[in-house]
Amino acid sequence: MIAESGHYALVLALGLALIQSVVPLIGVRLRDAALMNVARSTALAQLLFVVASFIALVMLHVNSDFSVANVYENSHSMKPLLYKITGVWGNHEGSMLLWVSILALFGGLVAAFGNNLPLSLCAHVLAVQAWIASAFYLFILVTSNPFLRIANPPIEGRDLNPVLQDIGLAVHPPMLYLGYVGFSISFSFAIAALMEGRIDAAWARWVRPWTLMAWIFLTLGIAMGSYWAYYELGWGGWWFWDPVENASLMPWLSGTALLHSALVMEKRNALKVWTILLSILTFSLSLLGTFLVRSGVITSVHAFATDPTRGVFILLILCLFIGGSLSLFAGRATSLKQGGLFAPISREGALVLNNLLLTVACAVVLFGTLYPLAMEMLADFKMSVGAPFYNLTFAPLFALLLLAVPFGPMLAWKRGDLLGVTQRLLAAGVAGLVAVAITWGWATGGSTLAPLAIGLGVFVIAGAVTDIVERTGLVRLPFATVLHRARGLPRSAWGTAFAHAGLGVALIGIVCETTWNSEHIATMKQNDVAQIAGFDVKLDGLLQRQGPNYREMIAQFNVSRDGQPVSVMTPSKRSFSTRGSSTTEAALLTRGASQLYISLGDANAEGAIAVRIYYKPMVLLIWWGPVLMAFGGVLSLSDRRLRVGAPKPARAKQRLQPAE
Amino acid sequence: MGAVRALPEACQMTLWFVFALMTVAAIFAVLLPLGRNGRAQNQGSEVAVYKDQLAEIERDLAAGLIPAPDAEAARVEISRRLLAAAASEPAIAIAPQSNLRWRRTAAVLALAGLPLVAIGVYMPLGSPKLQDFPLAQRERVPGKAQSLENLVEQVQQHLEKNPTDGRGWNVLAPVLQRLGRFDDAVRAYRNSLTYNGESAERRADLGEALSAAAGGVVTAEAKSEFERAHALDADDPKANYFLGLAAEQDGRKDDAASIWRALLAKAPADAPWRALVQTSLARVGGGGTMPALSDQTIAASKDMAEGDRNAMVRGMVERLATRLKQNGDDVDGWLRLVRAYLVMGERDKAMGASVDARQAIASDAERLRQLNEGLKTLGLGG
Repeated sequence: MIAESGHYALVLALGLALIQSVVPLIGVRLRDAALMNVARSTALAQLLFVVASFIALVMLHVNSDFSVANVYENSHSMKPLLYKITGVWGNHEGSMLLWVSILALFGGLVAAFGNNLPLSLCAHVLAVQAWIASAFYLFILVTSNPFLRIANPPIEGRDLNPVLQDIGLAVHPPMLYLGYVGFSISFSFAIAALMEGRIDAAWARWVRPWTLMAWIFLTLGIAMGSYWAYYELGWGGWWFWDPVENASLMPWLSGTALLHSALVMEKRNALKVWTILLSILTFSLSLLGTFLVRSGVITSVHAFATDPTRGVFILLILCLFIGGSLSLFAGRATSLKQGGLFAPISREGALVLNNLLLTVACAVVLFGTLYPLAMEMLADFKMSVGAPFYNLTFAPLFALLLLAVPFGPMLAWKRGDLLGVTQRLLAAGVAGLVAVAITWGWATGGSTLAPLAIGLGVFVIAGAVTDIVERTGLVRLPFATVLHRARGLPRSAWGTAFAHAGLGVALIGIVCETTWNSEHIATMKQNDVAQIAGFDVKLDGLLQRQGPNYREMIAQFNVSRDGQPVSVMTPSKRSFSTRGSSTTEAALLTRGASQLYISLGDANAEGAIAVRIYYKPMVLLIWWGPVLMAFGGVLSLSDRRLRVGAPKPARAKQRLQPAE
Repeated sequence: MGAVRALPEACQMTLWFVFALMTVAAIFAVLLPLGRNGRAQNQGSEVAVYKDQLAEIERDLAAGLIPAPDAEAARVEISRRLLAAAASEPAIAIAPQSNLRWRRTAAVLALAGLPLVAIGVYMPLGSPKLQDFPLAQRERVPGKAQSLENLVEQVQQHLEKNPTDGRGWNVLAPVLQRLGRFDDAVRAYRNSLTYNGESAERRADLGEALSAAAGGVVTAEAKSEFERAHALDADDPKANYFLGLAAEQDGRKDDAASIWRALLAKAPADAPWRALVQTSLARVGGGGTMPALSDQTIAASKDMAEGDRNAMVRGMVERLATRLKQNGDDVDGWLRLVRAYLVMGERDKAMGASVDARQAIASDAERLRQLNEGLKTLGLGG
């Protein structure tokens, strides 16, 4: 009954989405408020049914109902409860259901909190959302239905891919999907604006919070995925320029550009058409990511199953939405009013430069991702585009971008004074140069570019600090005034500073990790000692342990430094009998931002075991940076002037005051 | 496995009742706004946004964040936009007339279209006749009609929790072997060895499972198990038989014959495997139990045995080839197949198999490397 009700709820959601994609548009044409309002009630009802359907699937997984094919293929009765739940989206069908659930969630949010939107805009936005939703409901029901049944249920399931049996699965996909799908809102707003034939500053003001929210989730989702790969795959790598990773990086790059161009649009009423285009591109890249990951064009951990009909179906959706939206853009963009003039050297100019660099970087990644695929398909020639390509193309672009980052927030709107800003950034520049000098003196080995890159990172951080110092007058004014001004500073200014500093932090982490990491690979017997980066790592012994659905071989290492014991590390290898496969659980020892990393290879008959030990200096900065960026985003989002319901009556403002 | 679990009549009714309720809720969501007059509701406007921006400037000014002239300039700019927005606002206001005809159409669409679409899509995909079958309920089903697979599953679950239960592995392993789940049987025998300790019999059983998993070929891995068994108990019949078979498969027919002959000599007269060893012995032409035969007869039987032997090897190789055709990512399997063809003197087939192998695992660089190395040692590299 749960299975069939869940299935039926999904079908009803499709029906509602179909109504939602037609009726409100008729309402807009006839200017009939009742018909337009259908969009909001159906969006909410759709959310209700999709959530019911999702909950039904979760319950089926929790109950281990193997009469449902999806549960049989991806679950096991002995799996811990957490993985029974996360396993719901640890497979193709379930993850698509999560995708549409989040889409419906965003549609529902627009419907619930959109009472300050012009009714016709709201109707248009929700209708566009419903088109996307209908396409994906159909995709799920026809090609990847999670509710298909098995008449003679097997007694035991086939278990979830062991690599996915990790807390990471509980966080990474939902975050990433909130990001991907969150951009559907700005897409829908862009299409709605094109259909209405007008955009204005207010439009940007409504779009920005949604974009910001999606961007925060995407940032965290990517960072989480990277950290997960780092500790679970056992190679100590955190970014592989794998097509699937690129698929998430591309919407992030264009989403970041969108965030900044929406700022120009909001503040200065300029760059409107460009912002619309970026909204369309960002969501198109999200869809492309879904296509690459879900169609099985690329085989990886993420491609749970490959089935050509799915690929063709998603390709159709992709062509329909990207092609349709871009032709609508081509047809209507000229009719949109341009506004707001500005000099090349100005805040706007800086943001245009930011957009330019980000979109070119995004194009580079797109090329690097699609070119090998195209070559393989057209010329039957296998190639891989990896780090060397991106080091030559992506890295210089980003270095240029980072060099420009501190200047942007300090330039004035409309017409800026580059010389003045340079003078004010002198201290930050000096800090960067000092950092270069110090690293040059200390560093042994590694690329000569590394100290320069670290200097750049320090410059970006110092630039962000300078901006805040300037705005609060920290050096010039008495402390009480500074405090007052700091409190009065818009949270979005703080957000900008944190997000930009996060970039610098991540850069320093990346450079330190790639340049000065050390590794030690050996076959160790009991009481063998390995030396790495000043640590003595002694293998105390191997022991076996039984987990809920796996057996585990644990190696116990005693870590000491200069004869002083530091810690005990216990990396392990788990073997899962149902799938007959095993995973490596690396052990991590954090010292400040640096980590000691041990992962196990195979044991041989004599009781010796292959061990990989890495020392990764400053590696955690790689993820603290994005967390800082996301924190900046949250600060910016909490700025009440950016709220979804921006215009609030005066009374409400007073009520909110103490909270600030 | 149980039969198709159909829903009892009452449950079936409940399910359709739930469906009907859900459909009504969905229709209601469409009809609700159609019945109301949406004009009274407040909606956002651009004017409000600009007013808010003006307030923001005042706030920044009060906090001393922007100098007064900048604030004044911004105020002018926003006021200008505010006026423009206020002027265009009425043009997009909601038309007062409500369009009854269209509203009715929408209502009909919801009332008739929604259930039709829902049923039309659900019926071909759903299985309304199947009831839920959660784990809890399944375990309440009494132990009647427990199939062998279910029993095996239960033992496996038990062993998953208590992997050191050597007796359990001992019981499970032969059952798995009989069910044809050779890979699982190998694992079970290994565990049995770990937890029950060494014994010639277990080593030999493991070797047998290994060669069964390899499609009947006594692999190097299996052979080493038989050798260990033989070292533990030189008289273990299974180890001896398979060591003979290994010798035969390696082409050392005389060694095979002598091993089997020794085995038969020591065998009790009523040993059930006697017949098997005798036929094997005859196959390699060592039917030396009857030394009184004329040379001619021996030659004839030798010829015949040669044919039989080839047929047997061929059958084994055929099986291996079919298995690899279905599941091509087994590097060891491919190498075994190529080696078998080379032993049989069919170099063309060996070359063909190595090409097939490369194609089958082309997508995996690591395996491809293993394969190429293996082929090189067989003299087929390049």
